[in-house]
Amino acid sequence: MPKFSIWAIRFALAYLLLGFTLGALLLINKAVPFHPTIWGLLPLHIEFLLMGWIVQLVFAVGYWIFPRFTFEPKRGRQGLAWLALLFLNAGIGTNTVAAFSAEPSWQLIGRALEVAAVAAFASQLWYRVKPTETGLKAG
Amino acid sequence: MPAVTRWFIKSSLLYLAAALALAIWLAGQPFGLPVVPGLSPVLFHFFLVGWVTQMIMGVGYWFFPKFNLQQPRRSEPLGWAVFWLLNAGLLLRGLAEPLLSMGPGFYWVAALVSSAILQWLAGVLFVVNTWARIKER
Repeated sequence: MPKFSIWAIRFALAYLLLGFTLGALLLINKAVPFHPTIWGLLPLHIEFLLMGWIVQLVFAVGYWIFPRFTFEPKRGRQGLAWLALLFLNAGIGTNTVAAFSAEPSWQLIGRALEVAAVAAFASQLWYRVKPTETGLKAG
Repeated sequence: MPAVTRWFIKSSLLYLAAALALAIWLAGQPFGLPVVPGLSPVLFHFFLVGWVTQMIMGVGYWFFPKFNLQQPRRSEPLGWAVFWLLNAGLLLRGLAEPLLSMGPGFYWVAALVSSAILQWLAGVLFVVNTWARIKER
């Protein structure tokens, strides 16, 4: 497994833990209301699980298993993948700040960082979405 | 494919079907299907936890690099524990949340709290069993 995927999966697992923890608090609060502000954690629960867990894991596994090139660098431009990881986690972090702030620009910046992450990752993976090269010639 | 993975994948397919059946139920309420409160969150969680996350957990258990030759998937009992905790928690939620939305009741409150704890434990144990397998080979 390449280093990029190792880091991205570890981040994804950390967000799975955070997202499940917030989810458990929200659900318990639904059954036994213990604090009026708990419901305000819902956007973070969704952010951590959709972007932090699922999207990040897809980045990691896609980079790891999609067809490689026969020439170096075999997994394409590594820098773009790392940039995507940086943007994605910076975006999630910024959206976390946004959840506790009345200033709407935090969320705008957070979403923009996430879009940049997806653009960087899509351009990294784009040319690897191809038939696997076996070295055998057709026909 | 290990047995734990097969159970995860088959259960995830059942949750996908159940989530879509709930979507039909919700869409059919204006046309006379009984209105049951609390179904939307159950639908979302059947889809995202029951289908997506459970599929990832099952395939991850099978596919991630081996822990070592003796324990390629680290702990099989932990793998089963994750499966049962997640499914017990999710099913309990599917039952308790609509019932609690219809009216208060001690059993539904207890079931919903248990559901939260069971699913949280499943998440923690999945991370515990998976973390050390995330390595180069």
